[in-house]
Amino acid sequence: MQTGLEDQLGLYQKRIPIFTRSVKGNFRRFKTAVLVLAYAIFFLLPWLPWSRLDAPSQAVLFDVLGRRFLIFGLTVYPQDVIWLALLLFIAAILLFFVTGLVGRAFCGYFCFQTLWTDFFIWIESKIQGERPARVRLFRQPWNREKLLKIGGTHALWILASFWTGLTFAAYFAYAPQLLVDFFTAQAATAAYITVTVLTLATYAAAGLMREQICTYICPYGRFQSVMYEPETLAVHYDAQRGEGTHGRASVRSGRGIVVERRSRERAESTVAQERRRINRNSGERALAERHEQGLGDCIDCGLCVQVCPVGIDIRDGLQYKCISCGLCIDACNTIMDSFNFPRGLIRYDSEKNLASATPSAPKLAWKRLKIIGYGVALVLMSAYLVYSISTRGSFDRAVNQIRQPLYVVLSNGDIRNRYQIRITNKAAEDQVYVISVRGIPDAALDVGHFREITIKPGHSGLVQASVRLSPELAAQTKHFELLITPKGKPAEVRAEEIRFDTPSLRP
Amino acid sequence: MSEQKLQSQTVQTTGHAWDGDLQEYNNPLPVWWVYTFYATFVFAIVYWVIYPSWPFGKGWIGGLSDISYVNSAGETKTHSWNTRALYLEDMNQAAAAQKPYFDKVQSMSYEQISRDPEITAFILSSGKALFADNCAACHQAGGQGVVGFFPNLTDDDWLYGGSYEKIHQTLVDGRRGYMPSFSEVLSAEQIGDLANYVAGLSGIPHDAAKAKAGDVLFHSETAACYYCHGADAKGRKEVGAPNLTDGIWLWAGVAAAPSSEGKVAAIRNVISTGLAKGVMPAWGGRLSPEQIKVLTVYVHDLGGGL
Repeated sequence: MQTGLEDQLGLYQKRIPIFTRSVKGNFRRFKTAVLVLAYAIFFLLPWLPWSRLDAPSQAVLFDVLGRRFLIFGLTVYPQDVIWLALLLFIAAILLFFVTGLVGRAFCGYFCFQTLWTDFFIWIESKIQGERPARVRLFRQPWNREKLLKIGGTHALWILASFWTGLTFAAYFAYAPQLLVDFFTAQAATAAYITVTVLTLATYAAAGLMREQICTYICPYGRFQSVMYEPETLAVHYDAQRGEGTHGRASVRSGRGIVVERRSRERAESTVAQERRRINRNSGERALAERHEQGLGDCIDCGLCVQVCPVGIDIRDGLQYKCISCGLCIDACNTIMDSFNFPRGLIRYDSEKNLASATPSAPKLAWKRLKIIGYGVALVLMSAYLVYSISTRGSFDRAVNQIRQPLYVVLSNGDIRNRYQIRITNKAAEDQVYVISVRGIPDAALDVGHFREITIKPGHSGLVQASVRLSPELAAQTKHFELLITPKGKPAEVRAEEIRFDTPSLRP
Repeated sequence: MSEQKLQSQTVQTTGHAWDGDLQEYNNPLPVWWVYTFYATFVFAIVYWVIYPSWPFGKGWIGGLSDISYVNSAGETKTHSWNTRALYLEDMNQAAAAQKPYFDKVQSMSYEQISRDPEITAFILSSGKALFADNCAACHQAGGQGVVGFFPNLTDDDWLYGGSYEKIHQTLVDGRRGYMPSFSEVLSAEQIGDLANYVAGLSGIPHDAAKAKAGDVLFHSETAACYYCHGADAKGRKEVGAPNLTDGIWLWAGVAAAPSSEGKVAAIRNVISTGLAKGVMPAWGGRLSPEQIKVLTVYVHDLGGGL
């Protein structure tokens, strides 16, 4: 087992296989619930139908070739890239906000690395058995049983990885068609490359490397200390309570209680013996007895280490490898319950509270400048994103004045300015747009035959417009309004204030 | 630092001692580095097989990969792979991608084009590139021209006509603007009278008495201005003679002259020296018919009309 202390020996340590013991408890239930929900969404979403007039009937489809993202009733075009920026900003702020409050909750419960590793460990334990069986299998020489079990595990991992890769690809092409094409060698090259890369990456990351991804590849663990504050809740071992004055202790038969540090090897017998003792006394009395002898509450059973997916000992304190998954809390609570000791020897608590002489019940401390600042930013940006999406018009327009030349004096003295109008139809069907002006006579606008222009969904129309004013009118016109109205939807009219240049404005 | 680390840091020697105690440290290159180095050998050999590499005789070893392109004469050429051929092949592909649009432009009438938003948008962008490559050197990037040299294409004053057909004709065959010098035919005084008359046509302040004399001269056989500019001085597009009654001046620097005397002098200067520099080259042999058609529509949209 890795000790979890900062390694002094080198920057990289060869992977030591970790065989996690499964555990029951609130955190395990929560993790399983998140896993099931996340997998249900990820694996089923590409298959959800959604009827559309002009596009494949897939609820979520990132149509890269068509330069649009179809997300349920929303079609996102490249012009909406600001939403992506907002989304990334919100995601970053949410991460900082949550980390400041409850530590690396993302790592422990929601990160895909954690989810897939969890799922792969589940496969492993279903085939190879519980932790002791897996350790035994690992140590035994290669024979038929080992070959079958290890081979079967890896085969299932690769299958799961492959389906993960294929599902990812299904977000970028019409899923039912992709599935058929993929297995009949008719899909796009990009699909095969994507699926291959993702299959290998998933297999390597969730099957072979696991906690090494978090330790050596992911930067998050390395900068958690920047985001943590003394008030931040994190998975902590209550050393004050667990160690007492003389340290942890387990029980050895016949010799009564002796102080023994780190005798994890004897964990199994320890638990059984302690339990027998507890059966004679109540938990309270047993604890009182231990406290008299200066012993802490930790019986050093080592279960918290055995269940840890990153192979650390939480009792060494907060460390960068801890992904804050809470399984050690579940493990410790199980043991504490069995002895009738109070729960929470390992618990979510803050460093500040643990360090105080009289620790109070852990509570969420949100009244801090950092948390409130992140919270405000989060609310503001989310509100802006929702506002921006909900008020998006059915079309986009851009009017650019032609600057070479800015104006032309015509033969009768009239002044002409020219403009380029680009209209992008974001609606789901063909739309006719009407171009008109306000503030100058309607006859001054010349757009050729495109007073009404039909634009296909997702396409842009480019119109050259010229505005011609008499010198008198031009002298008093510095701006006018150009109106673009979707035909039949006068409420969606968009006006743009346009500059009109005249020679008199020249210095 | 642990003891183990210190041990691992002691450097081995090559095991040989010279002069009794002189030893050499053995610091081999990292294994990953050495294998990367070997991999570059393998890469190089594979590269030699696929791509052109070594000089050989008067040429070079071409490698297994070929590349084909169609040159400007329409011949298909196949070479061993090289970036120049790759560029030409890329250009072939780009031309092939544009071809449907150019074909469509060529098959449509001007009237149809002006009603088709997709083709109009294509002409606005492809025409802009063609104009920048071929026309902007004289007519400037926006087609605004240069007074005294190249006509402004964005106004509504067209020397030879601004209809699609006339612009097309100008592009294909070119134009040659000419006005004779009157310095030897007329006296300086007569030229001054004419200049005052012409200035008056477009409302520039002038000497009314001289203009009256100029009016007579304009319509007389002595100067015979009306031959080209017309009796009403509104120009004749058949010969490219400009309309003198509007406010647009190509050759005379009227707009730039600060005083009315200067404006009259600028006109006098043109009458006196004449013009022979209004040359528009013919593009018929240089650009394809489709390109000329695109440019015709593009220039017409800049400011064309009648």
